[in-house]
Amino acid sequence: MSTVQFTFDGVTYHGNKGEPLSAALLRNGIKVVTESSYRYRPRGVIGLGYEEPCALVQIDSGSGEPMVPATRIELVDGLVVRSLAGVGDLPNQIDKARYDKTFKHVDVLVIGAGLSGLKAAQKAANSGKSVIILDDQFQPGGYVSDLNEKIDSKLINSLKKNNVTHLQRTTAIGLYDQNYVVAIERRTDHLSSEILPEMSRMRTWHIRAKEIILATGAFQRVLVFPNNDRPGIMLSHAAATYLHKYRVGTFKTGVVVTVDDFGYQDAIRIHKSGVKVQAIVDIRKKVTGKLLDQVRKLGIEVILGATIVDSTADQSGSLNSVLVAETNLNGQITGTRREIKTDLLAVSGGWTPTVHLATYLNLKPIWDKKVAAFVMPKLPKNIKATGFANGEFDKVTNPPALFFGIIPEGEDAKVSFIDLQRDANVRDLRRAVGAGLTSVEHIKRYTTIGTAHDQGKTSGTTTMGLLGQLIKKEPHEVGTLTFRPPYIGVPFSALAGRDLGILSDPIRTTPIHSSHLLAKAPMEDVGQWKRPWYFPIEKENMHDSVLRECKAAREDVAVMDASTLGKIDIQGPDAGIFLDRIYTNMFSSLKVGSSRYGLMCGVDGMVFDDGVTTRIAEDRFLMTTTTGGAAKVLDWLEEWLQTEWPELNVYCTSVTEHWSTVAIVGPKSRNLLAKLAPNLDVSNEAFPFMENRYAEVAGIPARIARISFSGELAYEINIEAWYGLHIWQEVMKKGREFNIAAYGTETMHVLRAEKGFVIVGQETDGTQTPQDLGMDWIVSKKKDFIGKRSFSRTDTAREGRHQLVGLLPLDNKTLLPEGSYIVNEGDSKNEGKLSHIGYVTSSYSSSALSRTFALAMIADGRNRIGKFVEVPIGNSVARVKIVDSVFFDKENTRRDG
Amino acid sequence: MLLINCPWCGPRDETEFHYGSEAHIGYPEKPEELTDKQWAEYIFYRNNPKGWFAERWVHNVGCRRWFNIWRNTVNHEFGPSYKPFTKQPSRPK
Repeated sequence: MSTVQFTFDGVTYHGNKGEPLSAALLRNGIKVVTESSYRYRPRGVIGLGYEEPCALVQIDSGSGEPMVPATRIELVDGLVVRSLAGVGDLPNQIDKARYDKTFKHVDVLVIGAGLSGLKAAQKAANSGKSVIILDDQFQPGGYVSDLNEKIDSKLINSLKKNNVTHLQRTTAIGLYDQNYVVAIERRTDHLSSEILPEMSRMRTWHIRAKEIILATGAFQRVLVFPNNDRPGIMLSHAAATYLHKYRVGTFKTGVVVTVDDFGYQDAIRIHKSGVKVQAIVDIRKKVTGKLLDQVRKLGIEVILGATIVDSTADQSGSLNSVLVAETNLNGQITGTRREIKTDLLAVSGGWTPTVHLATYLNLKPIWDKKVAAFVMPKLPKNIKATGFANGEFDKVTNPPALFFGIIPEGEDAKVSFIDLQRDANVRDLRRAVGAGLTSVEHIKRYTTIGTAHDQGKTSGTTTMGLLGQLIKKEPHEVGTLTFRPPYIGVPFSALAGRDLGILSDPIRTTPIHSSHLLAKAPMEDVGQWKRPWYFPIEKENMHDSVLRECKAAREDVAVMDASTLGKIDIQGPDAGIFLDRIYTNMFSSLKVGSSRYGLMCGVDGMVFDDGVTTRIAEDRFLMTTTTGGAAKVLDWLEEWLQTEWPELNVYCTSVTEHWSTVAIVGPKSRNLLAKLAPNLDVSNEAFPFMENRYAEVAGIPARIARISFSGELAYEINIEAWYGLHIWQEVMKKGREFNIAAYGTETMHVLRAEKGFVIVGQETDGTQTPQDLGMDWIVSKKKDFIGKRSFSRTDTAREGRHQLVGLLPLDNKTLLPEGSYIVNEGDSKNEGKLSHIGYVTSSYSSSALSRTFALAMIADGRNRIGKFVEVPIGNSVARVKIVDSVFFDKENTRRDG
Repeated sequence: MLLINCPWCGPRDETEFHYGSEAHIGYPEKPEELTDKQWAEYIFYRNNPKGWFAERWVHNVGCRRWFNIWRNTVNHEFGPSYKPFTKQPSRPK
């Protein structure tokens, strides 16, 4: 074993490489590790593993980590830690360490590599099964290894020979349905205090096992009495292990207080380490057997029928003496107090099997009076438990007492701690009971017991026991605490693995994206797509930029990257019939080479998506969808084809990324197209609205569609995706003489809103019929389609539904916030009694109208056109006129240029 | 995370699937002949039993196919899965 240097609270110390930090602190005489979270009492090391409620530190070396129990840190050279009082600091530098994850299917997963777990793994491997065994400690062996006894090397070797995956420093943090376990492996912290670039610091294991064996061991419990939290008071198994196995020295004399035979074993170990054990204080009145003889032979006084009823401290706050008194099992002190000077009190308050993983499956642990503990619930047939975890404490000769401590009143109650991490005491428990609470789940919320990082590992059962004592019930009658994953604190970075930053979610960009970046266009997220929001020139703000872009579209020509629109290739002889059923309007009658706008509804008759669909050939359509709705629509089409209409011969394929689409919009778009495609007859007669033509555009074969989402003369140039950037650049170059401007999503929204065109997801939220949107014209009366029957339902056919209308604020500069609610005229003054007749869905400043305007959904809106309403904005009120939803070019005179 | 047996691909993680609610709810042949109540039952009403439940799933980041499967709503145990328009296996015990 080599000596290493570490720093605690700025002071350098030495310790043995690989031992727990808690052992090194004790050896260096550091009994007071920290102050408690709320009452600022000195606290020291209590336990040995993840159950440690007090000795928490912040790691500052390497990746850094807040709130780690000192018991679980393996000492390495250069480790830097500091004490913390219950609250850690998130490291403020970016963690440069790597994290990864792996997925495994296995026949048998053994959780816990103590003796029972190792034997279970060996048995499974010998029968030819694939096995993973994982364990959260530094070395295998669990309890036996703590006793400093050697594990049979044949056992470990046979696992190796059978190709068993054996993982130490790996904690199962969750157990889920169908034997699915998530575990965290700590791979580098024990090798170096620095970040190792070549190796992932932690690995998340996702394991599915045909069979799981829980060999998770058990936790020792604390006992409750006044001043039971002083440094120097430890769990007896931990104290004995630190002294006997790790040889920490630290203490001069010891007293053991116990409810079971384990206290005697630990007393012997402590004594053997050279610390004089003065007395074993046992609550049980009668004890027999070899252990008793052994301790008597060592000269240890055994005080039966008694327990510790108080303690005193030295100047540092550490234990100075304990007070012993005869006490009954109800916690009533019946004898006189006797003081014993000691700096160590080892507490053996009974063992609680570690049932956490099993309870994650919503199974309730069972109270077993024989071992005085909650034991494993009835497990499903493919999960088994073994060893301590299964309540098999085989070395017991005298049964443990059912005793959790004394329950003092008054000032003493304030210093009798139940949950050391939360600083929750007997007074808190008494107050909860006094408030009428009798369920441990309620007590937990009222007192915070069992909610801190240790999750009540040492205090859960104690709470139930004391509560039962207070309200005269058995521990199991007060209910059981619900444990929830993760079993230990887990860094988010371990769960994220490599899915960080740019890899956390896919980013979709069009082939023209690089040009948008050069133009310094701010981006808007539309689903996973990045779309240019607007194209500022020099220091323009969004408002000015959008007004200029709109003006260009209405007076000259403007260009937009429309490549993100969802595109679905629909092929097959029945494609036309299929679309007739999907869309509210007819598509089987559409001529080859023509396009039509379509609206689709759910079975409830509510608008679901829209877009323009083009008939490419007799048996082939190209559907476009909203940018955000593409995946949803493809799912929808396939669902109907597969589950309702398998007789239709139709195939659907997503082709969104196959095509780049460049929309040129405005009165001069025809002139621009003529320049781009010299061989195409662009006249209105030769190339009418809603038709498609194939031609070379800037030397590239293209399909040009004459469709418009702005009311202007407009064309959409569709080319194979990788020519997108070339066409965009050519359009910008040839458009210069027509004062072309690029525009983004904001201008697109303004232009369409001026024309009263809805955007699915902006005007709609899944509760609007086509009729609500004033789109009766698109609903076929001749055929059935999805949602049609719903239009005659009482609720959809009724008068007074919210309908799409336009709004004009009387002050033509007032921009109504989108989402504002709309009230009747004069209602804004009626505090608390507002009529809520509708809401604003879209709101913009318009260059064409030289004013602001909005779209809204208003109850019985179309009958209210011409009326005035009010829109509260903060503390002021905007007076607004309801108008038709089409603001600009109502007669559609601009469409043909 | 559940492990779901796609009848085309075999067992796969739940994240590859989307849920499709109760199985064997067919689109009514003549919706226009249904009363409002009957139509509303088709759209909005589904069973929610405690225990075995035949339900639809779609393997949408895998083969993109729909199928039906028995699932126990109490403990997430799965029974047999089966393709649409094939005979439904009997309710698991």
